[in-house]
Amino acid sequence: MGTGKTSLVLRFVKGQFFHHQEATIGAAFFTQILSVSEATVKFDIWDTAGQERYHSLAPMYYRGAAAAIVVYDISTMDTFARAKKWVQELQKQGEEDAVMTLNFQFILRNPKLVMALVGNKSDLDSKREVQVEEGEEFAQENGMLFMETSAKTAENVNELFYEIAKKLATASPPNPSGVTLNHEETQERRGKLFCCIG
Amino acid sequence: MDEEYDVIVLGTGLKECILSGLLSVDGLKVLHMDRNDYYGGESTSLNLIQLWKKFRGNDKPPAHLGSSRDYNVDMVPKFMMANGTLVRVLIHTDVTKYLYFKAVDGSYVFNKGKVHKVPATDMEALKSPLMGIFEKRRARKFFIYVQDYDEKDPKTHEGMDLTRVSTRALIAKYGLDDNTVDFIGHALALHRDDRYLDEPALDTVKRMKLYAESLARFQGGSPYIYPLYGLGELPQAFARLSAVYGGTYMLNKPECKVEYDDEGKVCGVTSEGETARCKKVVCDPSYLPNKVRKIGKVARAIAIMSHPIPNTNDSHSVQIILPQKQLGRKSDMYVFCCSYSHNVAPKGKFIAFVSTEAETDHPESELKPGIDLLGLVDEIFFDIYDRYEPVNEPSLDNCFISTSYDATTHFESTVSDVLNMYTMITGKVLDLSVDLSAASAAEE
Repeated sequence: MGTGKTSLVLRFVKGQFFHHQEATIGAAFFTQILSVSEATVKFDIWDTAGQERYHSLAPMYYRGAAAAIVVYDISTMDTFARAKKWVQELQKQGEEDAVMTLNFQFILRNPKLVMALVGNKSDLDSKREVQVEEGEEFAQENGMLFMETSAKTAENVNELFYEIAKKLATASPPNPSGVTLNHEETQERRGKLFCCIG
Repeated sequence: MDEEYDVIVLGTGLKECILSGLLSVDGLKVLHMDRNDYYGGESTSLNLIQLWKKFRGNDKPPAHLGSSRDYNVDMVPKFMMANGTLVRVLIHTDVTKYLYFKAVDGSYVFNKGKVHKVPATDMEALKSPLMGIFEKRRARKFFIYVQDYDEKDPKTHEGMDLTRVSTRALIAKYGLDDNTVDFIGHALALHRDDRYLDEPALDTVKRMKLYAESLARFQGGSPYIYPLYGLGELPQAFARLSAVYGGTYMLNKPECKVEYDDEGKVCGVTSEGETARCKKVVCDPSYLPNKVRKIGKVARAIAIMSHPIPNTNDSHSVQIILPQKQLGRKSDMYVFCCSYSHNVAPKGKFIAFVSTEAETDHPESELKPGIDLLGLVDEIFFDIYDRYEPVNEPSLDNCFISTSYDATTHFESTVSDVLNMYTMITGKVLDLSVDLSAASAAEE
């Protein structure tokens, strides 16, 4: 059982939820357009597709990324610990120019990168192991957006992406200047996102 | 890791990553490991610190070159034919959505000591000093024949069976001089040496058609495209495809020892004391050194510069072909340059490569004609690497080993090796009849 990264994205993009969503297979690239008052944001959402499991995320995940969502499961303390470790590792690597294994520093040096910490499965309040305050506090210390969501009940899912869209709309993310080979170019402001931590 | 897989792939070079992606999409359970802590193996792109570690033995590149992470220096420099098989594979697998491309500004050819643009338009062809006016008329007739040639329509063959007629005989029909033949064979058909002259003409005609179609695709000054952030993005993108279809990724796995059963068939791979079981192993030559043989070596120079290559009309990305005959060599030399316009270097910096199939042990002197074209360089590195091909019988040991990357300027031979391996592994032929018109929608 994962933290629900794919479920979160599916809820946002398709309004669907599956009780037994398989470990990410077949579709880890989603597109969704969201209008906020400032602008229209087109999300290209990259799910990590399990490559985070053995710390084998490719640097291309971070290139040009405008936002990152780190997800944990409020009913499992272990996932929160891993989420924290991941965020700290990103920041540590950001300081050490010499550690170039993965280009984490690329996103961290991008001052406009929007980072969000998400405690998913808020519907499992009775089994809660991570308190709201713990998540809030950690997010605040690290300058991240924070929200508790439930992909199952849809609670706060649209709100999460709406908040990110608002931030992106004011921050104007870096746009790659090249072209994809089969992608019609759109006029919307683009926000590439990736979700991580399992 | 302690599980059974259909296939274990060792090494995350481009070939291995494409295969990993294709096999995962087919529903096979794939474990993909690499001894390095980065993606790409031999076909990776290095940042400045990695480059200094590899070639200078320290991790202190001079500060004036700018930030290390702004560099993505290809270890196997190549461009992609805009209409070539790699683009077909990218579209077939939908991996193109992970990547951004830009057209390459220009393609040039070295002729009689000077660099000339390979004409990209009728107007350029008319003005080009590469041929005299009468020769141009003769060449034009030949080009029209090639353009109209359709393998399936005998009416366009003009009575010649190109699977039998040699290239030399076909060209002789049009009375073209040696200089033009050299240009056609090396700058358009992109042959590496002169063996094609005595081989059936069909291959050369197909290569010329590929060149022309690729040139038409993006209306750029060359038939090539190149990914933003360098070629190292390609293996990562295919690895992602594999992961999306359930492939398991582990980097930084030392040893990766291939294990065999009593019959000599592969049965697993051991790393750090754990053995993952499998039916088949796919790998690059470095993981099974006792099942490959050396077939040649590539000499290469990598230069960091603060200006475009002289006489290339300030192109920020360019290829120059130096045909072997022009240099008195057996194989062609290639100069390849890209820059900050493709996000492989900081603003104002250019990365140039000179490479060839090595004929001596002295890359420095061997590569001189190409290096002389670069002008002043900020830094230059020299390298020779050996090329290997498999000698095992995959039907006996279930080991499928790729051939080392060659010195060609594009990916046609790379992808053809991958497609052959795919067929050997699965018994299937990959249908690449994709809708290429999807790609033309991306013209800038």
